[in-house]
Amino acid sequence: MAQHTVLLVATRKGAWLFHADAGRRQWRVDGPHFLGHSIHHLMLDPRDGRTLLAAARTGHLGPTLFRSTDFGRSWQEAARPPAFAPAPAGQPGRAVDHTFWLTPGHASEPDVWYAGTSPQGLFRSDDGGDTWAPASTINDDPQYRAWMGSVQDGTPNGPKLHSIIVDPRDPAHLYIAMSGGGVHESTDRGHSFRPLVGGMQVVDGFDPADITFHDPHCVRLCPSNPDRLYQQNHCGIYRLDRPSDTWLRIGRNMPAAVGDIGFPMVVHPRDADCAWVFPMDGTDVWPRTSPDGKPAVYGTRDAGASWQRLDQGLPAGQAWWTVKRQAMSADSHDPVGLYFGTSSGELWMSRDEGRQWECLARHLPEIYALETAWRSAA
Amino acid sequence: MKILIPSALHSYTGGARAEADGATLAEVLTDLDRRHPGVRFRMIDEQGRIRRHIRFFAGGVQVFDLGQALDPAGELIIVQALSGG
Repeated sequence: MAQHTVLLVATRKGAWLFHADAGRRQWRVDGPHFLGHSIHHLMLDPRDGRTLLAAARTGHLGPTLFRSTDFGRSWQEAARPPAFAPAPAGQPGRAVDHTFWLTPGHASEPDVWYAGTSPQGLFRSDDGGDTWAPASTINDDPQYRAWMGSVQDGTPNGPKLHSIIVDPRDPAHLYIAMSGGGVHESTDRGHSFRPLVGGMQVVDGFDPADITFHDPHCVRLCPSNPDRLYQQNHCGIYRLDRPSDTWLRIGRNMPAAVGDIGFPMVVHPRDADCAWVFPMDGTDVWPRTSPDGKPAVYGTRDAGASWQRLDQGLPAGQAWWTVKRQAMSADSHDPVGLYFGTSSGELWMSRDEGRQWECLARHLPEIYALETAWRSAA
Repeated sequence: MKILIPSALHSYTGGARAEADGATLAEVLTDLDRRHPGVRFRMIDEQGRIRRHIRFFAGGVQVFDLGQALDPAGELIIVQALSGG
């Protein structure tokens, strides 16, 4: 049975599914789903190939999650969305503003999902996403709360817990990242964590020993080598080869005029030496647009020792995009298909690992997240 | 008591009109959630606070306190105040 790529596009005003044919030449658009709802993440469960979870925030209503078990034909709201524990009497408690990140659990735990929220919290579902409970002591731990900072310390859309990674070899081994608040590792299914920020830099003038100043934007684990992680940080591009706990700033090898600031990080499904980033302008007031208005993906095939500019087919100038941390992804074809969505609502694709780009859709709302998934086709 | 539901919450109640019982705003919302599961959390956060853009009016007067007594013969109007683009 053939496997076709499906793009799961989450935007500020709804969600869309783009279904490809076998050659990724023709695309069928399914959407909008949840028109008017802010969808922060839309994820397929790779363990069953049909369950979708959507993290939603509706206008000014509270946050919730929707679940589909028929690939988006129908949706049911989660019976108990992620929510922090009530605070002790007299103490201010936190409330989830929105769920930002969804990660399916380990292959051996088919009903487990993890969710990262804004403000930073880690939640877990053991029933396929219907009911959620706090998953970690970090949600209320005083030290972690201090590292998370206040709402003012986070992104313009609130501080976030993201990049929830489950080691494919061990369901108890997790990584998470927080903006702000650093990268952390757990060996007890997320119950507790320890910082993993060695070698990571922070903004000049601040102390890298203080976890609160660390701002990882996106962390990815290589499926073909789970001991290797790549990270796009507020302060550079990094690689970590375990068991080392010291990140190496491989972004130093990027062209100086472009720099190594950005949001997304994408890894090759089969080659751990291969990864892609989408640099942005992180100078003076941080425009967070394509440097010089000339968007380009940069790729490495030697684990960050060198980088190649990949911009064929992309606008040659006057394109002031941002690609957010969840809005760039790879499929599993050979050659790999790369995809990204822009803050201006454009969807771009490459069938050949970034060498040539074409625009797949325009005029969508601001794209928050883009995930690739597989769907079986007769 | 009778409750007027804002359009953003019609997906829970099936329309603009709903009913729920209770002596206070908190009790009415709890009963409303029993009848229409999930609707309360969209208005009240996990710390028991009214969400930022949700407004409750009873007898033409805004209600700020979940513990406030309500007239069971009156009407509760729920408003979602919109802002932004």
